[in-house]
Amino acid sequence: MQTLTQRLANPTRFMELSARLLPWISAASAILLAYGLYLAFIDSPADYQQGETVRIMYIHVPCAWLSMMVYGVIAVSSFGLLVFRHPLADVSAKAAAPLGAAFTFLALLTGSLWGKPMWGTYWVWDARLTSVLILFFLYLGLIALRSALEDEGAAAKLTAILALVGVTILPIIKFSVDWWNTLHQPSTDFTSTVDPSMRLPLLVMAAAFTLLFFAMHLKAMRNEILRRRVKALRTQAVAGRDRLAAHATTQGAAE
Amino acid sequence: MIDLGPHAAFIWVSYAAVAVTVAGLIVWLIADGRKQHSDLDALERQGVRRRGSVGVR
Repeated sequence: MQTLTQRLANPTRFMELSARLLPWISAASAILLAYGLYLAFIDSPADYQQGETVRIMYIHVPCAWLSMMVYGVIAVSSFGLLVFRHPLADVSAKAAAPLGAAFTFLALLTGSLWGKPMWGTYWVWDARLTSVLILFFLYLGLIALRSALEDEGAAAKLTAILALVGVTILPIIKFSVDWWNTLHQPSTDFTSTVDPSMRLPLLVMAAAFTLLFFAMHLKAMRNEILRRRVKALRTQAVAGRDRLAAHATTQGAAE
Repeated sequence: MIDLGPHAAFIWVSYAAVAVTVAGLIVWLIADGRKQHSDLDALERQGVRRRGSVGVR
């Protein structure tokens, strides 16, 4: 009996399944996002220390979470490509990279916009901020490396190797606030240190952003599969024309 | 308008940046999907077809 991974290894089957899933994931994300925004702006209080700026946390935390989770998706996909040669692994890694870069950029930007009124500065070379900036450059590196190489097979392998080497940044980001003395606050324990009135909007927004990422990732994977089909058909068309031309030349010479 | 206190500008700019970036990503993904579909259609009109591709989009 085939496992789910084996069944999904067929791009045609993946296209059928993703076409069915995509509207549901998109709708669930939109509903959760609307509810999360209602909680973030209307149904949650200002913080006793941060005041109204706590509302930036409802988008900063989900973006920061996604910046790391998306890299995890890329790392797992890269492992799947290098070890199991799963046909969709490279499609997944390639599709996730620009999305991860965008969410990491947003985590840095919203953190900076929160930092100015709270810390008095947009930026400090603190371990957490710097390690997330390195993660952002890593995403850009993955995108640049892939587009710099014409051979798609080599580009996929080299990008996968870089992604797996780069995965070391994830524990550094996670534990940077414990290992070094940082301006960034330590890890938050959602069950005890966050008031329930703020925990709910945080969790709803995190769930909404996670579903949003999965919807965009599925769409980006579908686009990439179609792009590869277009490329394969163009190659097939050129090869067919070349064969016809060679046949015509041979016939002409024989006559 | 919700009163977001003295730091309202920081809050609105944060939300606007997220909205613009996410909207940009969605528009890009939809436009890219349409382009791939139209390229595939154009190739199929020229008679270039992959085996077993009928009806799979």
